[in-house]
Amino acid sequence: MSNTTALAEAHDNSTTKEIWKITAYLSILTIIELALGFWMMGLNSDSARFTVKGVIVILMIAKAFYIVAYFMHLKHEVRNLIMTIIVPLFLFVWFITAFLYEGNSYKNLRNTYDPYKKAQSSIKVSNSESSEHKVHSE
Amino acid sequence: MAVISTTLPSEKLWTGGKSPFNVEYGKLMMWYFLMSDAFTFGAFLISYGTIRFSSNGWPDPNEVFRSFPLAPEGIHAPLVFVSIMTFILIISSVTMVLAVHEGHKMNKSGVVNNLILTIIGGIAFLSCQAWEWSHLYSEGAWWGSNPFLNADGSQSSTNFTNYFFTITGFHGFHVLSGVVINIVMLIMTLLDKFEQRGHYLMIEKAGLYWHFVDLVWVFVFTCFYLI
Repeated sequence: MSNTTALAEAHDNSTTKEIWKITAYLSILTIIELALGFWMMGLNSDSARFTVKGVIVILMIAKAFYIVAYFMHLKHEVRNLIMTIIVPLFLFVWFITAFLYEGNSYKNLRNTYDPYKKAQSSIKVSNSESSEHKVHSE
Repeated sequence: MAVISTTLPSEKLWTGGKSPFNVEYGKLMMWYFLMSDAFTFGAFLISYGTIRFSSNGWPDPNEVFRSFPLAPEGIHAPLVFVSIMTFILIISSVTMVLAVHEGHKMNKSGVVNNLILTIIGGIAFLSCQAWEWSHLYSEGAWWGSNPFLNADGSQSSTNFTNYFFTITGFHGFHVLSGVVINIVMLIMTLLDKFEQRGHYLMIEKAGLYWHFVDLVWVFVFTCFYLI
């Protein structure tokens, strides 16, 4: 009897420990993301900003992994359940790639074949003027 | 060898008589619901990304989300308020895990305390969001109206505010329903419903939903405020 309670207590301790460990990971990842966000404000080069954004996206996926695997307990479920949840989510790989590529391609095509549109989007507006009239559509 | 492999637990799961996923029906259905909800949010965020990639200019989030409650009007404090909101949601997710954990131990008072903390966290997050929305509204931002210029100083379209209010609104509505679900769980715990059933599995399902809300915020926060 005392043996089983000791076992249960050890299990309880390890679970609580894991919860606080994951909390620390999530907090650290968030702080790194915020630090990168602040640092990015001072960067002027587009490619540098793009790289920092990529790093932030990777950190975001790491955070998502920790939440799903440990807080939602998916890591400790049976393999069948893990696969039935994770495999359909791989659709997102195609989904994100295809749509972002499509958006970018649309921008490039329009800039190439619609010079008027491109000229319009490069006109600078002064701050006071823009608060007077709000444009309602693209 | 074949005989040995059929005695493995993973093989036994498919011999019938019980769930091959080794979870209760309700929990499995909660997972499938969350997966479909993930596709809904995914579609929103990808549509936002597509429009952003197809635009020549986009407002700078550090200019738009620069204010803080009770601070003077002209303050420039980007990312500060939203990081507080993010930490509130992470901490409320932690108290939810602790509530589920106390439920495993059949510790009613532990479940009640942690559920109350989770509900407070959820309400705090909603209050922050309500302040942010009303502040942006007072600046002239709403569906169909965008007072902010693009980062390069050119005139912006209303895509930015439309997506911002739709997606954070949809997420905020999830937080609201999560808070309501947690309040129902709290009342059921206080009425000893789970003690009578002999298990706190219902708290686990509410917990899954609550963590999902936190998970979505991780993506919304990154897509709108950081990058």
